[in-house]
Amino acid sequence: MDRGKTETASPADALPVVVEVKNVTREFRDGRGNGVAALDNVSLSVRQGEFVSLIGPSGCGKTSLLRLIAGLDAPQAGEILADGEPVTGTSYERGYVFQQANLFPWETVEENIAFGLKARGVYTEHRADVAEYLVMAGLKGFERAYPHQISGGMAQRAALVRSLINRPRVLLLDEPMGALDSFTRMDLQEKLLELWQSFGTTMILVTHDIDEAVYLSGRVVIMTPRPGRISEIIGIGSPFPRNRGSAVFVELRNRVLKKFHLAGAEPPAEYAI
Amino acid sequence: MFLERQRNNGNNGNNGNNGNNGNNGTKTLILLPVFAFLLPLAGSFLLPAARPFDETPYRTLVGFGVLYAAGGCVLSFFSERVRAAVLFRSCFLAAAGIALFVWDILSTRTGVFPLPFFPGPVQIAEVAWFDRAELWRSTLYSLRLFSYGFVSGTILGVGTGILIGWYGEWRYWLSPVMRLCGIIPAVAWIPFGMAVFPSSFITGVFIIAICSWFPVALATANGFASIRRSHFEAARILGASDGFALRHVAIPAAVPSIFTGISAATGLSFCTLVVSEMVGAEAGLGWYINWAKGWSVYSKVYAAIIVMAVLFSAILALIGFVRGRLLVWHEGR
Repeated sequence: MDRGKTETASPADALPVVVEVKNVTREFRDGRGNGVAALDNVSLSVRQGEFVSLIGPSGCGKTSLLRLIAGLDAPQAGEILADGEPVTGTSYERGYVFQQANLFPWETVEENIAFGLKARGVYTEHRADVAEYLVMAGLKGFERAYPHQISGGMAQRAALVRSLINRPRVLLLDEPMGALDSFTRMDLQEKLLELWQSFGTTMILVTHDIDEAVYLSGRVVIMTPRPGRISEIIGIGSPFPRNRGSAVFVELRNRVLKKFHLAGAEPPAEYAI
Repeated sequence: MFLERQRNNGNNGNNGNNGNNGNNGTKTLILLPVFAFLLPLAGSFLLPAARPFDETPYRTLVGFGVLYAAGGCVLSFFSERVRAAVLFRSCFLAAAGIALFVWDILSTRTGVFPLPFFPGPVQIAEVAWFDRAELWRSTLYSLRLFSYGFVSGTILGVGTGILIGWYGEWRYWLSPVMRLCGIIPAVAWIPFGMAVFPSSFITGVFIIAICSWFPVALATANGFASIRRSHFEAARILGASDGFALRHVAIPAAVPSIFTGISAATGLSFCTLVVSEMVGAEAGLGWYINWAKGWSVYSKVYAAIIVMAVLFSAILALIGFVRGRLLVWHEGR
């Protein structure tokens, strides 16, 4: 079914499929009006509680795929099922964290986190959640701060819990760590793992960082550009917490890197040793 | 550069640990406006006038100037923030005091400025005090006309802007109409208004509403158009309906633009207010100026102009205050 082969059988195989991408194609028009395939006949299924990373060079369609799953865009061919239902538009059950935190600058941190509850009209019942999620994001004391008054890492943590407060079935993460410096990034990776383990939310992470993908996910989906396709899916079996310096980690990382080369894709310059 | 130096002076004063020189400089500077306002007061008491006037209103006014300057000095002992603000303004205030003195010398004391076109401050203050009831009534009339027209125009403008910015069908029909009608100077509608409306007051309200409506509507619609798409995407994903996104994303995001429109509208409506009062009204500051001109009492004209300056500054300050309150989140952008 998948273009690539799944290497390691995940222990979660018995769990229901949360997101099913079936033969999806999405085209863009370039400046001359020619169709450019951002995604070409892509299929992927993600089971409940999984942490899957989509990795690949720019133009491989990883963000396009994520936007399709969110329901922000529609595919030209194929279909996407969420919990067995076709995706026709956005839903709070499929949360999305953007590359830039994308908080609403006119709302305080607290109001931003409460946005989903208010939008869905369930704020009165779940009012207490807001304080709880603020603490979870390590933002206690910044309730009344506006987004321009907090750091990029704090803003991204706020964006993370702003999505989680809706208790989504799946959280789609579009390079949320991409714009952060490396210390803040590691910090946020830990926070993400912590939230994933305590909520059990299914996570699909788009990234261009091989270390990040190997460190966080159960499966790494390698994509190649022109046209955007899935070339390999590598299972990362090692248990959490993972050690970035351990031999197993380095070996896994090198395996992903090698697949990158075999797939004919140029890995990001920083990994080209 | 000069102003920058004044600010630095203020900061030196704040540090408190400076040498005596810096402190002495600060003291002189902070007292400068007091002396500058004592100058015209002394002139009024000591120098003979070319023609006899009741100088009491002028002396009272200048006395208030002295008290204001002195009050600043006293308050600056208690708060460093106030001291910095007082120091920053002191040079300007001092210059204002000196300018008043020079004006007084050239007009009332020596008669260099020809009458009746260029009266002195003594004469203007006297006339303003003598005619205070009529001036006060005119001010209230103008204020009433302005509030009715400006508030209704702003509300209509925000409404039009939201319709154009949010709903495609409304944009199709309304946007060209707004652009066509909006560029017509509002005073061109005066004959139309006088033919249609029963009173000159309602005509005035209509004219001022029109002239404030256009900039606000345009700025609101532009504000909607420039909202980042990702904000709407985030709102949708978090579960917001269209109506919720309008109220909690689009309108708050457009508030900075709306205030840009309101600022433009304020200036335009001051201008329109005065013109419309000059044309057909029975009261108001614009009418007062026209009426005083008819009697060739130019001191009254100047008195009304000064009242306008104070009134319009107060309105602008009020709008600025509201804006600051609503746009706390927009600071530092």
